Amino acid sequence: MKVASEVSGNNVIEVKDLVKRFGDFIADDKLTFTVGKGQIFGLLGANGAGKTTAIRMLCGLLKPTSGYIKVAGYDGFTQSDKIKENIGYMSQKFSLYEDLTVWENIRFFGGIYGLWGKQLRERSEELLQNLGMDQHRDTPIADLPLGWKQRLAFSVAQIHKPAVIFLDEPTGGVDPIARKHFWELISKAAYSGTTVVVTTHYMDEAEYCNQIVIMVDGKIVANNTPLELKKEYQAKTMNDVFLRLAQSASRTE
Amino acid sequence: MEKISVNSISKSYGNVEALKGVSFNVDGGELFGLIGPDGAGKTTLMRIITTLLLPDSGNAKVCGYDVANEYKKVRTLLGYMPGRFSLYQDLSVEENLNFFAGVFGTTVQENYDLIKNIYYKLEPFKKRRAGKLSGGMKQKLALSCALVHKPEVLVLDEPTTGVDAVSRKEFWDLLKELKMQGITIIVSTAYMDEASLCDRIALIQNGKILGVNTPTGIINAFPYKLFSIECEKPTHALENIRSLSICKNAYLFGNSLHFVSNNEENSPEIIAKTLEESGVKVDSVNEVSPEIEDCFIERMQRQ
Repeated sequence: MKVASEVSGNNVIEVKDLVKRFGDFIADDKLTFTVGKGQIFGLLGANGAGKTTAIRMLCGLLKPTSGYIKVAGYDGFTQSDKIKENIGYMSQKFSLYEDLTVWENIRFFGGIYGLWGKQLRERSEELLQNLGMDQHRDTPIADLPLGWKQRLAFSVAQIHKPAVIFLDEPTGGVDPIARKHFWELISKAAYSGTTVVVTTHYMDEAEYCNQIVIMVDGKIVANNTPLELKKEYQAKTMNDVFLRLAQSASRTE
Repeated sequence: MEKISVNSISKSYGNVEALKGVSFNVDGGELFGLIGPDGAGKTTLMRIITTLLLPDSGNAKVCGYDVANEYKKVRTLLGYMPGRFSLYQDLSVEENLNFFAGVFGTTVQENYDLIKNIYYKLEPFKKRRAGKLSGGMKQKLALSCALVHKPEVLVLDEPTTGVDAVSRKEFWDLLKELKMQGITIIVSTAYMDEASLCDRIALIQNGKILGVNTPTGIINAFPYKLFSIECEKPTHALENIRSLSICKNAYLFGNSLHFVSNNEENSPEIIAKTLEESGVKVDSVNEVSPEIEDCFIERMQRQ
């Protein structure tokens, strides 16, 4: 398998010598990596490693101190609004409106992402069909099982067809069957060309990624496929790899 | 001797049946894991064991005392760390610890041996307010407070949720040390990979116990042959694979697929050949030992 960074000209995220400083504190120290189109990219690190700061820069929410950053073709220093229009975000504690129906939630989020009229109607129908939730369009969110809510939240975060979707501990806490379904959905989104960025504390989620970056004390200490990392550190699981690298950390939150 | 016994406990909230006739025992000195997803009933069960909630039917005993009728006695024997951080945020580390010791009529000095391995990392911050601690530190303080009266049974509700992998490992190491000191521990988690760290586990889903055994026992009881398949575009291949007559179930497992075989005759060669014939480009097929997650899925589907 090829690591995304070897693929040139097809990168959706490009970061070079990216630095973020808060006063004397260097949260992110010269980060360099690229993520190709359609990759499932995992960004891992213990608390205090600089992960959240990196994600905030990638989402266009935080201006870097120095370096180079491009997301979906837009510059992180000067075009952060454009970046925000071209990404989607979903966390484990996703936010659908519990007392609105499935259909109302889809319309609401579509509207926020700038869709309207015919385009919004078509996209909403397409989304319902893909989820197999057509029969439940008038069901309030509160009445849906957790696994369904999660799949809906994921689809809604992509209603505007973003180039990159950010997922924060996406499958934590759901039962294993719902979890497998959800990873299938993520993987299908990646096949269809959406780049997926996953941040998680749970290393079994990292096993589903095809590129992993591990951060320790604000620096990148590993960038490879899970398979290669496991080989390199002679480890059985990503958890073993992570513990080997992250236990040397001196910084905590 | 059993320290916790749970007999046919049911509990409903309105129309929602949170627990449907749950029974199991935890032996003295055991590290017992309650493994299940959010909403399975773990917290309800722990609240009943800790005398904070009454069951609709059934009963539970801690060290032989009934959690309903003898709750006062039970409370002196238990240490409980709830899922949500429940210490006093505006008291300091030291003040919280002294408070909990005082409530149980003891002092920090008296039981210092028990908590010293946990507390020594907190000691430099003992004047800091609990609300200002990092996640890992809060967790250590909560554990110290639950232990300060030297309980016989420790009840921990999802102590590692939201905690990073390094702190999680430290926490499980601490639990092992406490177990060595003879404390009986029941701990809940939604993360299947923590099951192997327990002596015995109960798998719980939708208010029902799917099985109680040692982690190895659960794995050995998996009734089918299991294969790991590496192939091109596994998610697309799944649709093909599931329709094969030799396949009982198939799902993603990290970057590969897990294939549950529906007969004993299947071998990696047979599966590879069948898959190739159905148009799946296979890199490798190996027979593998199931993990707790595989067992959980299988037991969920048995229901």
